[in-house]
This record gives sequence, structure tokens and C-alpha cells, in this order.
Amino acid sequence: MSALAVEAIDISKRFGARWAISRLSFSLEQGRSLLLTGHNGSGKTTLLRIISTAAFPTAGTLKVLGFDSKKQRDSLRPSVALVSHASFHYEDLTAAQNLLLSAKFLGVKDPAATVKELLERMGLAARADSAVRQFSAGMRKRLAIARLLMKAPKVALLDEPFGELDPAGILQMEQLIRSLQAQGTSVVLATHLIEQGLTLTQERLHLEAGRKVSPS
Amino acid sequence: MTPKISLLAAAWLVLKKDWQIEWRTRARLTALIFFSGATLLLFSFAMGPDVTSLRAHAHGYLWLGLLFASVLSLGESFRIESENQALTGLVLTPVEPRAIFIGKVLGNASMLFVLSLVLLPITVGLYDVTLTRVPHLLLLVLFLGVLGISAPGTVYSAISANARARDVMLPLLLFPVLVPLLLAAASATKLTFQPDPQDQLGSWLKLLIAFDLIYLSVGFLVFPKIAEED
Repeated sequence: MSALAVEAIDISKRFGARWAISRLSFSLEQGRSLLLTGHNGSGKTTLLRIISTAAFPTAGTLKVLGFDSKKQRDSLRPSVALVSHASFHYEDLTAAQNLLLSAKFLGVKDPAATVKELLERMGLAARADSAVRQFSAGMRKRLAIARLLMKAPKVALLDEPFGELDPAGILQMEQLIRSLQAQGTSVVLATHLIEQGLTLTQERLHLEAGRKVSPS
Repeated sequence: MTPKISLLAAAWLVLKKDWQIEWRTRARLTALIFFSGATLLLFSFAMGPDVTSLRAHAHGYLWLGLLFASVLSLGESFRIESENQALTGLVLTPVEPRAIFIGKVLGNASMLFVLSLVLLPITVGLYDVTLTRVPHLLLLVLFLGVLGISAPGTVYSAISANARARDVMLPLLLFPVLVPLLLAAASATKLTFQPDPQDQLGSWLKLLIAFDLIYLSVGFLVFPKIAEED
């Protein structure tokens, strides 16, 4: 298996007539982390979705942990996790029910105990039995992170992870990112908080209109 | 590496999740009961007080009530999957898309089956039909019929879930496909309400089974393409 966490070779992604990603090539070694920057609409979210296998390149080849993201998606998916603008949660289930569902799909050995531990870790234990519909944006983000932690991914994709969090939450998120990195997880982090992002990552990729450019 | 649980175990979890959501809100089933009950009532008003005529067409009205309600039910089934892109979340977890298809079909079919059981006494009250002639065969017809609505319905509701005019698109796509099923289900139901001197019920049941198998197979094959973005 390749020592690269992510290897993009000339990838492009088109939505209708618009190219969201255009002939992009880059690589990221396993265990290292990447800061993804760029203005709104520059292609950051699309790139994260492509790496997560939520979408696929229109052209080019993307390998994640040595697996072709399209042809070997089934092998890749257990090792990659995405925290996105969409939380992927069911609004009418409780926080605990949402996590328990993921735990059962993932085949976690003691799902109830794992869910309890993760909810406590993310500061959501008191609201475990509340429907996600009643959650604030920050609480939804914490729940999404809990789901990511349950998966223990080798590549963690975080799209604006500091958005909607209070100062304590931002600090906790930074600690979580560092603890993921300490376990050898490669983190790809898209954020507008560039100074904060630079302290958490070793590499940087700046996008403009879906193309790789040098940050100004 | 493949998902850690089997296809059927994952399908069971999807089905259980749908009923868990329904149990928490009780919104869908309640709305369906009132909607289809009102539909049956309106049909009876439209036909007038002629009991013989009402009894003769009861099977058709029952299935039209179920068909119209199924559009609401199927639409709601994928609204919860579209919200927060939950369906994408399932696929990335990863859950095998075919397991999602099986779970959603069974979830939709079981919802419509429960609805059909609620509608039976209403049908008796409004149309004066007899349910006790061959009740086990009536239940079988209802089960095969709602399964036949749910198999293509799950595929089309997934396709139309993100469309701009999804409420219009789903019946436009679904109703033409369901014509043979409606014919078979209504005819078979009629033969459970009334005597079957020429023993035709078996033929209609075979047609229902064939319809179900065809659309379950088609859905099983095409659903992964629908559940995943290109």
C-alpha cells in the first residue's frame, strides 16, 4: 500500500457547465495534515467530498490510502470520515440514537458504552436523549465530530470545523485534531481561520476557482 | 475491506431506523390514515347511496386510497433521507446501498400494510363488503400489493427526492409503472370480497408476485447508482 494518504493526479470535477475543480494535482503523506484554503466557491468543499467518496472526479485519478476513490470505494470508506456542512444526522432521532445507529453499522463491539463515552467526551451527555432537531448548530457539529471519532479514520476530512463553535468548543476542536494527529490520522482541514489552521497542519493547498495557486 | 455487517443486518437496521423515527413523531402514519380515510369517504359520497354499486367497486376505491397515500408516504420516506444529507451519511458510514434499498422498501411496505389494515374496517363501514370470506388471502393480496407499490416507489422517490418539483415528479414517474399492479391488486381483492366461481384469484396472485420480483430485482440493481453522486 502507498505511503500517501491522498494522491490527486490531474483531477477535475464538473457540475453542469461549471468546473468546480480543474486539473488539480497534489499529494499528502500518511500522518501529515493539510490545510485547505480559498475563498467561498473555490472548490474546498467539493474536494473534501471527492476525497470522502461522497462524489467522484469527472476526470483524473484520486487515490486515498492507495485505493482508487471510485473503483475501490468500498475498501476505502471505512478508513475515511467527513465532517461537513451537512451533519448527516436524522433530525427526529436523538443524539444517542443517531450515534448508536452508526455504531451498529460500523460493527462496534459495545455500541451503547461507546456512544455514552463519546457523548460525554463531546459534552453532549446531558442532551443524549434530545432529538437532533432541538440542537443548536454548535451541538450538531459536536455530534458530527463524535461520529467521526467513532469511526477512528485514517484520513479525517474537516470542513470548517470551527464554524458555529463557541470559544471553549474551538479549543476542544483543536485538541481533538491534535489527538487525531497523534494517533497517525491525516487531517485535511478546510477553514477560513488560516492562522489557526496553519498551527494545526504541516502542508497547505490554496484553491482559486478549483485550481491550485500560491497563497497571496 | 467491506462493511462489517451483512447486507440483511444492515437492511434490518435501516428498517428499524425508519420505524424508530415514525414512532418518535407518529406524523406519517397519522397523516396517511386521515388522508386515505378521507379519500375513501369522498369516493363513497361521489358514488351516491347505492349500496350495490358501492360494494361492487369497493376493491378499486381501497387500492386508489392506498395508491394516493403511498405517494405521500414514499415522499416522506426520502425527505428524512435528504434532510442533512442523511442518505449520503449512510453510504459513507459505509452502508451497502442495496441494504438501504431493501430496508427502505420493507419500511415503506410495512407502513402501507399497517395503513391497509386500518383501512379495511373503514371499507366495511363505507362500502358494506365482507372481509371474512378468505381473510388470509386478502392479507396476502394486500401484502403483495403494497410491496409492489414500494419497490418501484422507493426507486422513484429516491430519484425525485432532490428534484425541484419532487411532489409532482413522484406520481408522474410512479403511476404509469403501477398500472399492471393496480389492476392485479384490485382484481385479486375483488375476488376476496366476492365469490370466485372461475378460480381466477391464483392468476392475479401470480401476476402480483411476478411484478414484485421484477421491480425488487430492478431496484436492487439500480439503487446504488441512484444513492451515490457521480
